[in-house]
Amino acid sequence: MSEVRQPGLPRVLGAVALGGVIGSLARYGLATAIPHTEGGFPWATFITNVVGCLAIGILFARLTPHSHPLLRPFLGTGILGGFTTFSTYAVDTERLLHSQMHVHLLVAFAYFFGTVATALLAATLGEWLGRRR
Amino acid sequence: MNIFLVALGAAIGAPLRYIVDKHLVAQLLRTSGQQVRLPWGTFTVNVLGSFLLGLMTGVTDQNWTLLIGVGFCGAFTTYSTFAAETTALATSGHRAKALLTVLLNLAIGLLAALLGASLTK
Repeated sequence: MSEVRQPGLPRVLGAVALGGVIGSLARYGLATAIPHTEGGFPWATFITNVVGCLAIGILFARLTPHSHPLLRPFLGTGILGGFTTFSTYAVDTERLLHSQMHVHLLVAFAYFFGTVATALLAATLGEWLGRRR
Repeated sequence: MNIFLVALGAAIGAPLRYIVDKHLVAQLLRTSGQQVRLPWGTFTVNVLGSFLLGLMTGVTDQNWTLLIGVGFCGAFTTYSTFAAETTALATSGHRAKALLTVLLNLAIGLLAALLGASLTK
């Protein structure tokens, strides 16, 4: 079996950057397709983060020491890291909390805790799916 | 133009996340022994990115929002790695550390966003 050569930092950063661009454009596309209404549940970011967590669970379960060394930086750190976002999650919650309407506080609560619970379940489910067979 | 700005921000944000996580924070933590650590690198990018995006709520220029907000902050921060690192801790018998990871990211991340946004108001 041939030994996989470890790529240098420039190639890893290139793979992360390229993946990050692809993932971020996909996130932007989804956010444009499902617009966020003022005070509404931020569905686009919720779906993005849950799908990204499911995918990273599958990916990490499938990666082996023999996988190409740029696969994890490109797919995991790049595409899925760029696709999912923590900052929008935090600021979407902040916007809902700053609203004067009580119903928005409920949405903020449901979104903030609903995302983390669903995302962690999705990552666990992804890992389980990835390990099958 | 919109797509180009998002792509440009992401092309900087994603590799910078990798450098902060794998090099800067990893370097800072190198001193202590073999014990399993909390994923401080991901925590750092998520808190910094949430603070910056909080600041960006005061910016009305659409181009800057796409470049810094959607592109850079979106790619600099990550939910997938945060979730994967948390479940990895939980399934390897480090449940308390997994719980602490979640609490720290959520609490400090949200506080950073609130602080950033309050500075612009």
